[in-house]
Amino acid sequence: MITGVPASAGVAVGPLHLHVVGDIEYEEHSDRETAEELERLDAAVSAVDARLSELEESTRSRAGEDAAEIFGVHKMFLADPSFTDPIRSLIEQGRTAESAVSEGAELLASEFEEIGDDYFSQRAVDIRDIGGQLIRSLTGVGGSDLGTLSTPVVIAAEDLTPSDTASIPDGMVLAFVTAFGSATSHTAILARAMGVPAVVGIGNLGFDEGTTVIVDGDAGTVILEPDDDQIEDARTRAEAARASAEVALASASEPAVTIDGHGVEVVANIGTPADARRAVEFGAEGVGLLRTEFLFLDRPALPNEDEQIAEYGEIFAHFPDQPVVVRTLDVGGDKHLPSIELEEELNPFLGKRGIRLTFAEDSLFRDQIRAILRAGAGRSVQIMFPMVGSVDEVRRARARVVELVAELDSEGTPRAADIEIGVMIEVPSAAVMADVLVNHVDFFSIGTNDLTQYTLAVDRTNPAVAHMADALHPAVLRLIRAVVEPAHVAGKWVGVCGELAGDPVAAPILVGLGVDELSMSAPSIPVVKQAIRALSRSVVRDLAMRALDLDGPAEVRELLSTS
Amino acid sequence: MIDHTITITHEVGLHARPAATFVKKAAEFEAAITIENLSRGGDPMNAKSVVSVFKAAVAQGHDVKIVADGSDEQAAIDALVGLIESNFGE
Repeated sequence: MITGVPASAGVAVGPLHLHVVGDIEYEEHSDRETAEELERLDAAVSAVDARLSELEESTRSRAGEDAAEIFGVHKMFLADPSFTDPIRSLIEQGRTAESAVSEGAELLASEFEEIGDDYFSQRAVDIRDIGGQLIRSLTGVGGSDLGTLSTPVVIAAEDLTPSDTASIPDGMVLAFVTAFGSATSHTAILARAMGVPAVVGIGNLGFDEGTTVIVDGDAGTVILEPDDDQIEDARTRAEAARASAEVALASASEPAVTIDGHGVEVVANIGTPADARRAVEFGAEGVGLLRTEFLFLDRPALPNEDEQIAEYGEIFAHFPDQPVVVRTLDVGGDKHLPSIELEEELNPFLGKRGIRLTFAEDSLFRDQIRAILRAGAGRSVQIMFPMVGSVDEVRRARARVVELVAELDSEGTPRAADIEIGVMIEVPSAAVMADVLVNHVDFFSIGTNDLTQYTLAVDRTNPAVAHMADALHPAVLRLIRAVVEPAHVAGKWVGVCGELAGDPVAAPILVGLGVDELSMSAPSIPVVKQAIRALSRSVVRDLAMRALDLDGPAEVRELLSTS
Repeated sequence: MIDHTITITHEVGLHARPAATFVKKAAEFEAAITIENLSRGGDPMNAKSVVSVFKAAVAQGHDVKIVADGSDEQAAIDALVGLIESNFGE
């Protein structure tokens, strides 16, 4: 068994197809007339352009507008004289179109790489992808081998370019396995959009063509030459997953209650009014995390109170009788705003971010709190502060809200009557001190992404260590318990709003630890609700207690997969 | 020849969709148009070429100078500045 990074959920069994980008042979120097060589180039450009249009169209219908957008950019590159002129002048110096394309594309790709930014490294991949397509068109060495697949296969490759993945005929890919890449790479994103399992970053591709494999996109594993029992088991799981996804979607709007009658609130993480509408469609019972950053991005000046009221009001209207937890502005660190001057920091994740930043920008804090309170007139509101690490910060934030409530009342301005104040638990000190913090709040919501990163000292954006950032680490689970227990003693509720909440695999542990509310991106809601409906509260409570005493995340996942 | 200096406020800078939108708009005009990244430095780049605009590596918060030269230079500047001010219509 080979272990990689789980990048898209699900299980698949099938024969492996190794996608190898072989070197195509061609002459460096041309025997043809220059004019003829230039015509060959033009013909290849038109052929590739036509193919890109097809890929754009098929990707749009299969995986949506965002996934298709990349091909529009590829077409612009192809039509750009800054890309083709250097190629033409190489041809004029007597080179073949193939070698001119190869050199021209490589030069431009390395220029992009030198900019030294992740985004431009991706564009270098794009340029090489286009160059490769032109050369294949020129030599007639078919399209990508993936375009002609006629039986469903598991595709294994070093990495896949956008044109590779998009050229796969419908229904011909069972799963993806790549040697490189992370959960945010192109392959991972497309696999999720297509609903196909993917395991990325497995390192070495020591496989033979046609080998039967099981790809487990939940566990991040690949089993080579599985025995009959393993195949049978994987098929059953794949079939069950398909069936349960259908059932889940059909019952998305029903509550999530365990077989022994314990209800768990399943709510959405949203970032815009449009997300709110989608969340309702997926059966969200409220909003567990409204990221308010959308109001502040993309604009040179801060939004004023009235502008904010309009946006919050639109979101509240989608959930008239349900909770909407509004998190105050969480920027700083790696998230910047054009309207706020932020200083360069050596260690931004440990710097002035979240509540630390808002304290320094009181007018911003004031406008936002007033807008939330006013937009919530006639209903209840939940306000949550990000990056809280100490009791003092909660006391201070709470006191400011109380002042602003008094200010609105003295003006006679209508406001929300029922105000709950909570903090996001993402700093380990807040989790450890939860029994004291609880006296100052109405609820907690655990942000497992940051809590994991801070607890395990693992930068989840660093590919060298990102695989260690597993929120099912017993250290993180113990902190969750340390938050839930005192909260329940005090009669307060606890939510989880990190990625862990949207993972059905983690549901038994979170419900077992007593988490009252799970907040996730909307498409995960139906499956997580369905997972909760299959649980017994008393069984998972024991399971969670056992998980706390295990050695590490691998043992926790093992426990979950065997019980 | 006229020019205009403006700050890019879009979250992704002049990359991805904003870059494509910008280049398509620039291509509608007869005037020669360049864009220079004042914050990062570098030469003025052809605003009608997506490769060139990418090479300018304009990130959020960067100041850029747009220069247009030709019969419809004023209309070109107005349109491109308008695009940036409206955050590329998003």
